[in-house]
Amino acid sequence: EKVGEEKPEVLSPEELEKLKEEVDERKKLISTLRGKPWPMRKKLESHEFVEKYEGALGKGKSRKLYAYKVMMLKKWMKFQRDFENFKTACVPWEMKIKEIESKYVSYLFLLYPCTVLLVLPGCLLFFNLAEKALMGRPYGSMPRKTVPRADEANAMDFAVLWDFGGYAQYSVLFYGYYNSQRAIGWLKFRMPLSYFLVGVGTVAYSYMVVIRTMARNANEDGGGDNNSFNFSWKMFTSWDYLIGNPETADNKFASITTSFKEAILEEQESRKDDNIHLTRFLRVLANFLVLCCLAGSGYLIYFVVRRSQKFALEGLESHSWWERNEVNMVMSLLGMFCPMLFDVISALENYHPRIALQWQLGRIFALFLGNLYTFIIALMDEINLKREEEEVLKLNMTIWEASLYNGTLGVNSTAPPITVHPADIPRGPCWETMVGQEFVRLIVSDTMTTYITLLIGDFLRAVLVRFLNYCWCWDLEAGFPSYSEFDVSGNVLGLIFNQGMIWMGAFYAPCLPALNVLRLHVSMYLQCWAVMCCNVPQERVFKASGSNNFYMAMLLVILFLSTLPAIYTIVTIPPSFDCGPFSGKSRMFDVIQETLESDFPAWFGKVFSYASNPGLVLPFLLLMVLAIYYLQSTSKSYKQANLELKKKLQTVSRTINKVLTLIQHLLYSLFMSSYLSSPLGGEHRAHQGKSNHQIPPSATSPPAPRGHRIPGPLPGNQWQPAPSVQRVPNSQRH
Amino acid sequence: MLHLQDCTFFTRKEILRLFDRYRDLAPQLVPLDYTDQPDVRLPYELIGSMPELKDNPFRQRIAEVFSEDGEGNMTLDDFLDMFSVLSEMAPRDLKAYYAFKIYDFNNDDFLCKSDLEKTLNKLTRNELTEDEVRMVCEKVIDEADLDNDGRLSLEDFQHMIVRAPDFLSTFHIRI
Repeated sequence: EKVGEEKPEVLSPEELEKLKEEVDERKKLISTLRGKPWPMRKKLESHEFVEKYEGALGKGKSRKLYAYKVMMLKKWMKFQRDFENFKTACVPWEMKIKEIESKYVSYLFLLYPCTVLLVLPGCLLFFNLAEKALMGRPYGSMPRKTVPRADEANAMDFAVLWDFGGYAQYSVLFYGYYNSQRAIGWLKFRMPLSYFLVGVGTVAYSYMVVIRTMARNANEDGGGDNNSFNFSWKMFTSWDYLIGNPETADNKFASITTSFKEAILEEQESRKDDNIHLTRFLRVLANFLVLCCLAGSGYLIYFVVRRSQKFALEGLESHSWWERNEVNMVMSLLGMFCPMLFDVISALENYHPRIALQWQLGRIFALFLGNLYTFIIALMDEINLKREEEEVLKLNMTIWEASLYNGTLGVNSTAPPITVHPADIPRGPCWETMVGQEFVRLIVSDTMTTYITLLIGDFLRAVLVRFLNYCWCWDLEAGFPSYSEFDVSGNVLGLIFNQGMIWMGAFYAPCLPALNVLRLHVSMYLQCWAVMCCNVPQERVFKASGSNNFYMAMLLVILFLSTLPAIYTIVTIPPSFDCGPFSGKSRMFDVIQETLESDFPAWFGKVFSYASNPGLVLPFLLLMVLAIYYLQSTSKSYKQANLELKKKLQTVSRTINKVLTLIQHLLYSLFMSSYLSSPLGGEHRAHQGKSNHQIPPSATSPPAPRGHRIPGPLPGNQWQPAPSVQRVPNSQRH
Repeated sequence: MLHLQDCTFFTRKEILRLFDRYRDLAPQLVPLDYTDQPDVRLPYELIGSMPELKDNPFRQRIAEVFSEDGEGNMTLDDFLDMFSVLSEMAPRDLKAYYAFKIYDFNNDDFLCKSDLEKTLNKLTRNELTEDEVRMVCEKVIDEADLDNDGRLSLEDFQHMIVRAPDFLSTFHIRI
């Protein structure tokens, strides 16, 4: 650092003060330097200035304090910089993403909200787990935590574990493992309460994150009208600067050209829609076919689930692998083939590609939803079956207990309790664990299907195309089948659906989010590899909608629809009597009531009971609905006002321009007249013949005329008033 | 180094990495210790051949805008400045300012019709007919020119571009 040694006590106190102020100002400036559009040299000058004079200032009266302040500030800035460095080091896979983005245009930004959304619940549930592991009773200490004696023989078999039975069933993975004891360990950790709150909390947090992201995206949009800058945006924002690959660049040039041509055509309105009736008929036909497909797939799933219930009653061991996993395989296969079918059907419709894409996504969405809800309805049937079983078992329990004492004791006598190994106690069918298992199996089979499709559909296809091309009659690479394209929207949709399934199953299989994080990591690496090695970029690159909110909105809808079944089961179905954290209660949310009664002071419970009175809740809900309606109508009117103001702005600026031009001309003519009428001007006039024609065009107006604009003064435009103004004052002045 | 961190959006690690990239373009010209020869200037041809820029139709303009001499020959400071503005951390207004300068081919602080035509031809590699080019440029001026002078000033451009949903994601180079 340069110290201003050449300027010792020369400065007076006032000068010192002024210098100090200036240095402080420069420092403030330095903190905003990055955002300034200055060349680097100018930016670095500020630093030099501060360095040069800081030393001089240090020699004043309060130099010690000042020097100390400066040192602390420097340390603070260094700390901030180091923290920033640390934060960026934490971003995973940075180089990988860069590689892909250069080839595939920015899509992976969508992965980030999803990962955030998943990691957090994963962490929260890990917390739950850790507490359990630290405080709770270990495996084997309670009936619900132990594998029943009958199953012990094959509890470790891979086939059984893969199906999530055996040891996997009686582990922290599923609901049934958790103890319902109210307070555990020396910390008095409220297990059931925490389970409930964590479950509800993750859903609430997910809602918050999604809505916050949507609001942020909407703000960035500027609340603008998408059509007012169509061509301008096409011109200035269509080239993606991330492209670093000649193939992608070629595709991008082609797609930009096509998009301009399309826009020009639309603008010229030269599109002849002669066969409008035919088009309409074809579209109706296409929709009808799609509905048939959806209905067909729904029925197929229902049929398959019924069959699997029948198999379950007969005992699963007597059936082949396919029959046991029928439901999941059918759902995954439908999810794979139906979208292709929809794609083919949409060829009938002849829509603009963006609209066609939206229809396609909508149909896939409906397919997924239909399948999932059919699955859930079938699951409900199974739950009811299990509950009936439970009733029967409860009756049998009393008989079994009596048999333990060999009928020697009466009901009310006290005797030393006979210790029974937990594995021998008969247990109820835990419907919650069954639900959790079903979801986990579904997700596993979905993952498997995705990976296998990837390997076969992308990798194998690429290998075949590459090597068979040498000995095949037509060009495999250019025609059918060619390399597969990387379908951005399809993949994003897959991610969203996966997330929906997680939300549905998370309450009954607490480790599901953690498993999903693992699965996402693996998927990420696999997809990265596949994308770079076997895929080609899409030929027509465009998005499903102008803003990123389309996918976010879909995520929100799926969040809502996924949490609905879980909430329904929590509220209506009573929990099993012998497994899970809520065993023994009549409803799961009774745990809240219990906590209020026992852990909080009495007045709190009273307040809460008043607040949850329907007489209070219903008017409150009504008020919220009215508030939403009001806010929506005001926002609509603001948008309207915005548009009008914009139009006004244009008119006003046009008027101002006109007025300014007029004033210019007036001034010019006044000047000319006064100039020419003065003695100097008189001579000038004598020299010039016809001065009328020599009025030069004004320097600041646009030279070329435009149809609807104010014609600027053209050269040779004759201003009739001017000559007459010239003549009159002549006689008056001199 | 600390000063460079204040002037750009990069962290220390990133600046070092960028210096390595800069040096790799011409190891014989750039010394290992930057402070030896702070005025070393790499010619445009080397910059334009970087993988991040070689497919970009506007690479020449980008280099010209960020270089001190206006010809595309860049010092390390210019190099860092360029990638800092094009990084994802730069704010919208800053990017809009530099985008305007990039698309202003004749450097007259206005996007006039010839600038727009050149932009469009570079974007479509001259595949549109003259009529189509003319039509598009007229349409752009119609849409974005607020002060009605037949060309886009910086304010017009900024007003239009900050509302574009894709601007931040497309005007972005990752290095």
